[in-house]
Amino acid sequence: MDLLARIERREEWGRVASEKAQAAGDGFLWRTADKSQGGRGLPAREATTPRPVPGRDEHRDGVLYVRLTLRAGELAQQAEPGQFVMVKADDGLDPFLRRPLSFHRINQERGEVQILFQVKGRGTGLLARRLPGDALQLLGPLGRGFTLEQRMFPENGAGTQRQRVVLVGGGIGVAPLLALAEKAARGGDEVLLLLGARSRDDLLAVSDFRALGAQVHLATDDGSLGHHGLITDLLDQVLREDAADAIYACGPLPMLKKVAQLADQFGRPAQLSLEERMGCGLGACIGCVVGTKGPGGQPTYKKVCQDGPVFPAQEVILP
Amino acid sequence: MKRAKPLDSKPLTARQVTSRGLGAGAPRLEAAGPFGNGPISALPNANLTSENKQVAVRIGDLFLQNPVLTASGTFDPFTYAELVDLNRLGALVLKGLTLQPVLGNKPPRIAETPAGLLNSIGFQNPGLEGLLRDILPRLKDVTVPIIANISGDTEEEYEELASRLNHLPEVAALEVNISCPNVARGGMVFGTDPEVAFSVVSRVRRVYHKTLIVKLSPNVTDIAAIARRVEAAGADAVSLINTLLGMAIDVRTRRPRLGNVTGGLSGPAIRPVAVRMVWQVARAVRIPIIGMGGITSAEDALEFLLAGARAVGVGAANLVDPRATMEIIEGLERFLEEEGIKDINELVGAVRV
Repeated sequence: MDLLARIERREEWGRVASEKAQAAGDGFLWRTADKSQGGRGLPAREATTPRPVPGRDEHRDGVLYVRLTLRAGELAQQAEPGQFVMVKADDGLDPFLRRPLSFHRINQERGEVQILFQVKGRGTGLLARRLPGDALQLLGPLGRGFTLEQRMFPENGAGTQRQRVVLVGGGIGVAPLLALAEKAARGGDEVLLLLGARSRDDLLAVSDFRALGAQVHLATDDGSLGHHGLITDLLDQVLREDAADAIYACGPLPMLKKVAQLADQFGRPAQLSLEERMGCGLGACIGCVVGTKGPGGQPTYKKVCQDGPVFPAQEVILP
Repeated sequence: MKRAKPLDSKPLTARQVTSRGLGAGAPRLEAAGPFGNGPISALPNANLTSENKQVAVRIGDLFLQNPVLTASGTFDPFTYAELVDLNRLGALVLKGLTLQPVLGNKPPRIAETPAGLLNSIGFQNPGLEGLLRDILPRLKDVTVPIIANISGDTEEEYEELASRLNHLPEVAALEVNISCPNVARGGMVFGTDPEVAFSVVSRVRRVYHKTLIVKLSPNVTDIAAIARRVEAAGADAVSLINTLLGMAIDVRTRRPRLGNVTGGLSGPAIRPVAVRMVWQVARAVRIPIIGMGGITSAEDALEFLLAGARAVGVGAANLVDPRATMEIIEGLERFLEEEGIKDINELVGAVRV
């Protein structure tokens, strides 16, 4: 559970998008670095030294995204989509706490996991500067992940009825959905991704979902790509067309509330992956709680780190 | 003072230790358990974790195999048991307990600050019945002393909790929290006025016959004055410091970063304040002190011992590194070896001022 993982690969998204990446529905993939890219040209460390992306302010706008591929065989064997690791951003005392980051991808065969995060502040800023070849201190896998619903039509015989799995992501909330999409696709489910973000540069990993054979619908707040509006508008439409057997969502709170309401309205099971500021990630500090409906309807607090971060939508009382 | 060697240097060999005159071959005790009751002198070389280095300390009637405790509310014995051998701790201090279950404060409950964090958990706990039903039965294999940490809204609640815990063989000692900054009533109200503190501790003392530790608040002008009244009321030890009352604001939303507006600051940021207060209290009382506040390493722990603490509590560090207590214990043993110190008790209050 307490382990060191070597960074194998680092990918970085910036604000300035290329036409090609935009056409693919991806934010601009600014630069990729592999551990192996040390031989030719610039040495790997130099070649991958982060430099500012023109025209953006990572701390104010929060628009830089980084994806790290980590070699961690044990973790890859145990990890489930929706679970997370606590990552030490730096060796020093400031920032003091670890950062909770969900599994973006789990590759058991290669013994690798990926994490995808938004550079928001000092902690993620330091983490974003870690390079291929560096080791990261991790605790995990932690928490309860997504549970793929059982097929709803067993009378048709196993495998004849594909489960229509709808993934709803908002912004960086896309992170845990790729791991889930991979698992669902492996199990023969039909995957539909509904992904919304502020702008087209904030739509991440879309081509990875497409590569799995997932159907993808996009929405942006500014109308720069896909539906101009909320991603939950598209979920409403999907539910009206009776095209969802189960819903899995991760994203900002207003989005999750709307997903829960729609799931309830249309009588579909939904699981929500919640985000809350965490102290330890291990259930010790009781710092990350969410209101839930306890026995007899009594409200109670559950730990997001230990009882979640994924909860059935009908169980939580979102603030 | 002689400058401490880096704590990560190689441990000395047995021969080196002998040549430094530490004496060789103290019988190694196999069982890792509490010493039971009895004077510490009955246990020469009493040290369960290694030979030659005496790290055991005494707090009231408690004999601790080493001076490292978990600070209340920072260590989940069930999840942490995967990473930590609970029976290597000096003692296990449980999360704050109240008579009735408490729901806790509304989130967000955590806000990170420079080299530390603010928290306003608000005593979320299952109450005494929950402790008896769900927690203590699962700690049967813990052989080191288990210390309950109690709080109340009224003196009567403190008294009732103490009297009911007095009969529990599983609970070796009580830490009375008169210093929590995160609840409206109770908590800190009892710890910021010397006479109120005297009154509540006296009532607990009348009904609690085992080791009684009182946890002090740093949110006072004169912590030594409080400590003196707590000692006069019959406490066997004091622990300090609890968190410092603090606040953080998100400048974009203009809202406090904690749901409860204010919270308690902990972590390395508060350590110098804590060391200073331990030093002040050590000069004011004769009862032993459990020092805490931002300890993340053996070197940090040694600062507290030198300032006058007999034992230390490790809190916020557990949240970042669940193995922090183990590393601190090992670091203390290494330090004694490197410095040629026989007994860790020699260091208590040994600061040269």
